[in-house]
Order: sequence, then structure tokens, then C-alpha cells
Amino acid sequence: MTATAPVTPARGPADPAPGRHAGFPGLLRAEWTKIRSVRSTVWTLVIFVVVCIGFTALIAWLTESNWFGPRAAARNVRVLSDPVGFILGTGIGLGQLAIAVLGVLIITSEYSTGVIRASLLAVPRRLPVLAAKAVVFAVLLLVVTEIVAFCSFFVGSAILHAHVPVALGDPGVTRAVIGAGLYLTVLGLLALAIGTMIRHTAGSISTIIGIVFVLPILTGLLPGSWGAHINAYLPEQAGTLITHTHQTADDLLSPWQGFGVLCIWTVLALAVAAYLLEHRDA
Amino acid sequence: MIEAQDLTKVYDGKAAVDHLSFTVEPGRVTGFLGPNGAGKSTTMRMILGLDRPQSGFALINGRRYRDLRDPLHTVGALLEAKSVHPGRSARNHLLFLAQTQGIPASRVEEVLTLVGLQEVADKRAGGFSLGMSQRLGVAVAMLGNPEILLLDEPVNGLDPEGVLWIRNLMKSLAAEGRTVLVSSHLMNEMAVTADHLIVIGRGRLITEASTEDVIARSTDKSVRVRTPDADRLAEMITAAGGKVTRGGAENGAGLLTVTGLESPRIGELAASASVVLYELTPLASLEGAFMELTSGSVEFGAAGTASAAAARAEEGSTP
Repeated sequence: MTATAPVTPARGPADPAPGRHAGFPGLLRAEWTKIRSVRSTVWTLVIFVVVCIGFTALIAWLTESNWFGPRAAARNVRVLSDPVGFILGTGIGLGQLAIAVLGVLIITSEYSTGVIRASLLAVPRRLPVLAAKAVVFAVLLLVVTEIVAFCSFFVGSAILHAHVPVALGDPGVTRAVIGAGLYLTVLGLLALAIGTMIRHTAGSISTIIGIVFVLPILTGLLPGSWGAHINAYLPEQAGTLITHTHQTADDLLSPWQGFGVLCIWTVLALAVAAYLLEHRDA
Repeated sequence: MIEAQDLTKVYDGKAAVDHLSFTVEPGRVTGFLGPNGAGKSTTMRMILGLDRPQSGFALINGRRYRDLRDPLHTVGALLEAKSVHPGRSARNHLLFLAQTQGIPASRVEEVLTLVGLQEVADKRAGGFSLGMSQRLGVAVAMLGNPEILLLDEPVNGLDPEGVLWIRNLMKSLAAEGRTVLVSSHLMNEMAVTADHLIVIGRGRLITEASTEDVIARSTDKSVRVRTPDADRLAEMITAAGGKVTRGGAENGAGLLTVTGLESPRIGELAASASVVLYELTPLASLEGAFMELTSGSVEFGAAGTASAAAARAEEGSTP
């Protein structure tokens, strides 16, 4: 900075800046500006794409090259019974971590940097900020995750095609591939809700990882059928059903029911987040 | 115009802001003065709808902040804490705020020019110096060309050039008929900037008056005296009814701070006994007035002065 700028503003106070009342479309534009203007967002998405497609290709290649290896038979049965679930499973399993982190970061970074104050001064009714953020993030995620889901499917099925014949036209396949993108998008919104509730990055990421990765293991250890029932209604367990083409006998929910359960969790979490955003001091 | 009515905010059972009422008129710079922890920032946050008061309310042109539509057109705020993502450029920070209000991107360029940041507008804000950050804060506040401005400690940590710039900006904004409320714990800064003062301590109103009145009302006029004959002069001053605080000796001259006697009387006393004076400086200032007004309300001040000053604060709250 060098010279002192003129102090006289461009307009007098009786002549406010033009273009009043941007409304919700203005908020959507603002949230898009926020998301695209920070490198961490872009990099997290790049990591997601690389991890998803990369691990899908790696696992498919290892499976293909080891098709007749020792103890391969049981696995091969599993692969053949649910080829889409197998192809997409590893990539989603790891890539969802990046999506969860991103969902947390787009709100907790506002709290850690103080941007939330600027955001809420501009929109003092607050809830439209969360709504616009959720809409923009959901659209961005849906586009990215659907592209990644289809790319992963094509890469994986191409590598495995000699032993695992699977095509988009097969029963349930298109639903499962589209479902993978839907699952990741809604998971991102769940992470956004948790980040809005907790407001701290580390605590929010720990919580969403606990929900996605740790809770299913813990409830899996519960004895009897109620353990299985709790397990089935967990966000991750229920939500990923939609990425499988083959229902197993122990599945308590259908693919769309499972996705519905994940959506209910997410809507509840967003409702709590909205309540807290509205009622807490910023 | 800003009106605060009976604002109260309690944290952990302790009132940060305690039934505070005042009005801020347009066309002048109003200083919001108080020691650290007096509740200035909390009050500003309540005016801006960031914090909810336990009781009372604040109105901007007769409406609550949260009822303002596209509020940046009406109110611009520079809060003490930074509120910029370090990875985002100044231009994008201003752009997203402009988009929320339907302000065209051309206005972003205008305010960048206004604060002199156009050359670094695409650099990440995390690399900004404190002065540049404050300029960005001013750009945010001016984005909607608002008629009301709230600035929380805007000169904190600025170099002299930056201080002068902010000072002139505030004065010119007020001269245009805008409402300017600026908080500070620096009394001398307020003495040269503010036309009107709202002084608070421990969350309560101590006084609300013109800057001149606050200075004039100061009873704590002290005089700094340097003399090589400090012991003798101190005795004489005490005998004449003054109070003396001894400072350190320097170049053979003792330093005395005298209260209760004005400088002409001290000069006469010294002359009558042929005591040489190196310095005789009246210290009546906003600083002195402020120290006296708030001496009982300093959050972590020395013990012992609290009760007397609390009584004074009571008087002050009904001027």
C-alpha cells in the first residue's frame, strides 16, 4: 500500500448504491462465490475425484489380476452377485471422507475466520444463509459426485469386464450408480448440518467420521436383533444401500427406503442446525 | 440514527452490558469510549443483531437490525475482530457481500479504490498487514454506501498514516450527514476525532456529552512539575493543600505530579521560595477526565478505588 486514498466516498448518503433487494438468487450467487474463491474447496474436490476413481481402478485391477488366485472363489461370488456395489464401494468408502470434510469446512471455516459475522451482517435473518449454502453445495456435489460415480463405474467395469459382465442397462445398475452420487450429496449436507451445530472444524470432522465409520462398527457389536435394527437405520448403513444392486437376506430396508432414512437424518440435522444458527450469538 | 434502549447482556451471570441506553445522532462522530472489557464490542454486536440482548433493544432509524432488508445499504460495520477468510482475495470477499445485497460489481471496484487496495485486490487476504486488513474492513463497511457506520476500535494497531486516514474518513463521513459511532479505549484519539462522547464502564453508561464538556468537567486536573529542588517544593505544595506524587529523578531534576493546585499557584509558590522550575505542565485532558470517569469501572483495575468510583458512576448515569 502506498499513497493515501481519497477519503470522500463515491456517493453521498442520500444516494445509496443501486440494485437493492438481491433476494435469494443473490444469496445463491454469493455462496457460489464463497465456495469457488477458496482453494481448500477446490483441492478437497480434486482429492475426492482422484481417490474415488483411483481406488476404484486399483481394486478392480487387483481383483481382475487375482481372479483365479487362492481363496478368490468366495470373493468372486460376492463380486458377481453385486458388481456395482463392489466396483463403487471402495471409492465411495474412502471418497466420502473428503465429502464429509468439505461439508464441515464450508461452514466451520466461516466460524474460524470470522466470515460468519460478515455473512450474518449481510443477512441478519440468518436462515437464508444456511439455505443458500445448502442449495449451492448440494448442486455442486450432485454434479461432481454423479460424474465421479459414472466414471468410476465405467473404469471399474471396463477393467473387470472379462469376468464380470455388467452394463448400465442391467437391472438396478443405473439406480445404483446414480444412487452413489445421491448418497454422497446427502452425506455432504449432513456434514454441513453437523458443522453448523458444532462450529469447530476438528470437533465437527470427528463427529461426522464417528457417525459414518465408527458407529456402524459399534452397533455391529451389539448382541441380538436390536443391534442389527439400530445398525440398519444408521445414516451410512441405510444410505449406502442404494449403491448396491443385490439385496441380501439381512437387509431390513430396500435401497430407496435406506436412502429415505439417510434423508430423514439429514433433514433433522439441518433443522437442529437452523434452530441453533437462529438462536445462538454469532 | 441509532437508539439503544435498556440493553443488557449477561455472560456467566455477570453483566457485560448493564441496562445501557443512549442515542447516536447523525452528522457528527460519536465516540464510544470505555476501558477494555467495558462492553463496547458487545453493545455494538447487539446493535448489529449478532448477539441477542437479555433485555432491551437497539433500533437503527427506528427499526431493529434484523428487520432491515439488505442491511448493508443502511449500516456499515467494521468490527474489531477480523472477518475475512485468509485464503480469499479482498475482491472476492467484497464481491460475495455485494451479491447478497444486489450491489453491482462496479461498486466493489469503487470501494477498493476508496481504501487504496486496488493493487492487492486479488491477493489472498491472509497476507495482508493489519493496516491493509483495516482498510478492507472499511471497504466492507462502505460497500452499500450506508448512512450509518459502526467502527469498533478502527485505529487499533495502525501506523500513524493509517490513524490519520481513518480519522479524516470518519470526519468527512459525519460531515456528509452520516451517523458515525466509533469505539475506542484511547481517550486522546477520541479527543481529536469525536464530537460527542458516550462513556461506559462495566457495561453501564457513565456519561453522554459533547467531547468539550467531558474534558471541561474533569476535576482531576493534574500538573507535571520538574525541578532540581523537588523535596522543598513538594513540602510547600503539600502545605498549600496540594497532593504530590513523586516520580523518578532525571538529570538532577525530580518529577512531581500535583493535583489539587493549579499551575499558576504552583508557579507562584516556586517563585516565592526561589525554586527553579524546569517544567510546569498542566495535564488537564480527556485522558484525565476519562481516567476519573472510569476509575471505578476498569475491569481489572487496582482494588480500593471501586466503591468510591461506583458511586460516581451512579451519579454519572443520570446526567
